[in-house]
Amino acid sequence: MSENVQTNNRELDSGEDSFIQGVKDCIPTLLGYLSIGFAAGVVGNTSGLSLMEITLMSSMIYAGSAQFIMAGMIASHGSAAAIIVTVFIVNLRHLLLSAAISPYFRRLTSFKTMLIGTLLTDETFGVAINKAANRSSLSEKWMHGLNVTAYLNWIIATLAGAFFGQWITDPEKFGLDFALTGMFIGLLVLQMASRKKVLKDLIVALSAVAIMIGTSFFLSGSMAVIAATVIAALIGMAVEKWK
Amino acid sequence: MEIRWDILLTIMGVSIVTLLPRVLPLMVLSRMQLPDWAMRWLNYVPVAVMAALIAQELFTADGKLDVSRNYTEILAALPTFAMAVITRSLLGTVVVGILTVMVLRFIL
Repeated sequence: MSENVQTNNRELDSGEDSFIQGVKDCIPTLLGYLSIGFAAGVVGNTSGLSLMEITLMSSMIYAGSAQFIMAGMIASHGSAAAIIVTVFIVNLRHLLLSAAISPYFRRLTSFKTMLIGTLLTDETFGVAINKAANRSSLSEKWMHGLNVTAYLNWIIATLAGAFFGQWITDPEKFGLDFALTGMFIGLLVLQMASRKKVLKDLIVALSAVAIMIGTSFFLSGSMAVIAATVIAALIGMAVEKWK
Repeated sequence: MEIRWDILLTIMGVSIVTLLPRVLPLMVLSRMQLPDWAMRWLNYVPVAVMAALIAQELFTADGKLDVSRNYTEILAALPTFAMAVITRSLLGTVVVGILTVMVLRFIL
């Protein structure tokens, strides 16, 4: 009897497209979020933000790069307008991520796509686009599972960083700052492995790196990322056409 | 434990400018049929943006090309890439990356 109930539950809960599966698929990214969030909390703490302010920041802004910039500019007494404009430019790349994932969420109401977009990050985007390889759509429930897990983990991590920050003087010693790079490397490789265009993808990836380095001489870091993404994707499109 | 007014206003402003780029393309583009060329372009955006972000982390510091300050990270990227290619495990890749940087910083 109890065995039957269990099997039924498992079928309900563990489908490929379920909320629970989204939570599970988020697990590999948790370490990355934890270390970056922790670092964001430490930085917030040293820039004089209160625990409440840091919590509010993580729950309302939910963007690592934005929070680092904000903490830095608050510490150096930047104006609110300057902070808002800088963060806007740094996060413009999300336009590209949001656009790239949009074809997988057709037939949802605007409100539902808004909910999905609200919690979209570089990392949840990476996991979702890997899942989307060789499929035409993604499950809304699965995406919420992924997004909400990442979101809660982020808030907890920044809080922990803000709380323990007073005793930690050198988080870099433990290599935790590399978690973000490691995660991007993993996401890139997984993605290329799941598509059957390794050569074209390699050309695109190497172009992006080259453009990134080339434009870093005259563009700010975040604008260079956007320029590299736009142009490298164009190169991929062109290569596909001419082959 | 207080929240200052100016900080609250800044947080609200920042949250709006981080929300809009995430939400608007999804809300608009998921309801329309994009032309073929746009779909093909979007298809390469994920690879391009991840590669650009990796390059930013590895080769720049404070927005400028700077290899000398990041050589431990650049070295550590090699086993990290190898781990990703061999195991296809995201968690394993992150862990190998962190451990390599830790060891390199300890011995270099």
